[in-house]
Amino acid sequence: MLEISNVSKNFGGLMALDQVNLQLEQNKIYGLIGPNGAGKTTLFNLTTGLLPVSGGSIQFQGQELTSLHPHQIARLGIARTFQNIRLFASMTVLENVLVAQNIRTQSGITSLLPTNHREDSFRKEAESLLQQMGLWQKNKEKSSSLAYGEQRRLEIARALALEPTLLLLDEPAAGMNEAETEELLDRIQEIRNIGKTIFLIEHDMNVVMGICDYIFVLNFGKLIAQGTPADIQANEAVIEAYLGREED
Amino acid sequence: MNVYIEGVLALMGINILLALSVYAILTTDQLSLGNAGFMAIGAYTSAYLTVKFGVALLPALIIGALTASLIGLLIGIPALRLKGIYLVMATLGFGEMVRTFFLNFEPTGGASGFRGPMGSSLLLIYGWVIVFVAFFWLLARSRLGRSLDAVRDDPEVASTLGLDVVRLKVWAFWLGAFIAGIAGGLYAHHMFYIESSNFNFLLSTMIVLYVILGGMETFWGAMVGAIIFSILPEVLRFMKDWRLSFYGAVLVTVMIIRPAGIITREMVRDFREWLGRIFHRARTWDA
Repeated sequence: MLEISNVSKNFGGLMALDQVNLQLEQNKIYGLIGPNGAGKTTLFNLTTGLLPVSGGSIQFQGQELTSLHPHQIARLGIARTFQNIRLFASMTVLENVLVAQNIRTQSGITSLLPTNHREDSFRKEAESLLQQMGLWQKNKEKSSSLAYGEQRRLEIARALALEPTLLLLDEPAAGMNEAETEELLDRIQEIRNIGKTIFLIEHDMNVVMGICDYIFVLNFGKLIAQGTPADIQANEAVIEAYLGREED
Repeated sequence: MNVYIEGVLALMGINILLALSVYAILTTDQLSLGNAGFMAIGAYTSAYLTVKFGVALLPALIIGALTASLIGLLIGIPALRLKGIYLVMATLGFGEMVRTFFLNFEPTGGASGFRGPMGSSLLLIYGWVIVFVAFFWLLARSRLGRSLDAVRDDPEVASTLGLDVVRLKVWAFWLGAFIAGIAGGLYAHHMFYIESSNFNFLLSTMIVLYVILGGMETFWGAMVGAIIFSILPEVLRFMKDWRLSFYGAVLVTVMIIRPAGIITREMVRDFREWLGRIFHRARTWDA
C-alpha cells in the first residue's frame, strides 16, 4: 500500500536519507528503528508532505505523494502523531478529536447552523474513540492539562478520528511507564485488528520486538536491514549500529 | 436621546465592528495593520453609490463591503505566503496605499474629502453589530470554528489532519475585510463627510489595540476592548492633553496584569458554567 522508492533527502550538505526503499502491506504493524539522527522522523515528514523530498518517489495505493500538499495526503488516508506531542493547546480533549473529523463531514460555513443530521453520530464516534483510549472522563479538560501518557493517547485518538488506512506513530511509548506501555501495545494491536496499517518509530525494543510484524532499520540515512523481529535481533549490521564494533 | 451620547454610542458600535474585523483575521493567527484601508474602501464606495447614484443605504453598504473584501482577497492571496512580521508590514503598506489613493483620487473629492453621505442610525449600526456578534457566536460553536482554532494553534498539525490551511486563512482575511468595509460605510453615513486622513495608520493600530487589550482568544474580548476604548476618551476628558499618556499607562498595566487580555477563553467557559449552575438551581427550585 505504501511504496517508498529511492527516496533521498538532504538538508544543505547533510544527507539525512540516502536512496531509501521500503514497502508496506495492508493490515500489518511495521517498526522503524535506528540510532538518533538516523532519519526516521524525516522519513515520516516526507511521507506526510511536511517536507519535500530531494529525490525518489513515494506512492500510496498507487498515488504519487511527493507532489501533494500535507492536507491532500491526509485526505488520502494517512494520519500521524508527533515525537514531541503537538496537541491543540487551546482546545479541550474532546475538541481535539472532533476537529480531526472535519474533513469527513460538513465543516464549512454551513457548520454554523445545526443542519447536519450526522453530527450526533460523529459525536458518538468521538466519544467511543476517547473511551477506547481511556480519556472520556477527561473530555472537557484542556488538552494541556493531561498527563504525558494521556497526551500521547489523545494524539493517537485524534489521528484515528481521520479514519486513516495508514497510521504513522512517532515514538508512541516515549515517556510512558511499563503499565502504560503495556496498555498502549494492546491498543495498537486493536487498531491493527480493525484493518489499519501501522508504521511506528520506537526506541523501546520491548515495544518493537513485541508487536511489530516486520522491522526496518535506518542508520545514517541508509536502510541497513529489514526483516522479522527475530531476523533483526540476529543481524550483525544492526548490532554494530547500536552497540558499535568490537575491536579485534 | 442626547446627541452627545448618541454620537458616542454610534462610534462605539463602529469600533466594535472594526475590532471584530481584526479578530476575524486573527482567528487564523494573522495580524493585519491595514484594516483602516478596508474601512476606507467600504466608506468611499458606499458613499459614492448613495450620493452620486442615489442607491439605498443597505445595498450600498453591502456593495462597499464586498468591494473591500474583494480587494482584500486580491492582496490577501499573495500576502498570505508571508508570515508574522512580514504580513504585518505588507498590510501596513496596503493601508497607507489605500489612504494615499483616496487622497489623490479626484472623483471622490481627493484632498478636499467627500461630502454628503447620510442616513446611518444607531438602529442600523447596532443591527450590524448584532448580525456579526451572532455570526461569531455561532462560529465559536461550529466545526469551522474548530478548524480555525487548529490553524491558529498549529498550522502544520492542522494540515496533517486534512485542513486546507491556506484556504482557511484566505477566508478569514476575506471576512475581516468585509466587516471593516461595513464599518467604513456606516462611518461615512454617520459623519456626513469623509477624507482620506480619517483612515490612517493610527486608526489601524488603535483597532488592533482594542483586540489586544480586550483579549485575542474570543470575540467577546474584541468587543470589550472596543467598548472600553470608546468610553475611555469620554471619561478622561478632564485630563485634556494627558489623555494619550494615560491610555498608554492603561494598556501597559493591563498587559502586565493580564497578558492574554481582559477576556480569556477560560473566563468565558467558567462564566458559561456558572450561568449553567444558576439555571440548574432555578429549575430544581421550580420542581
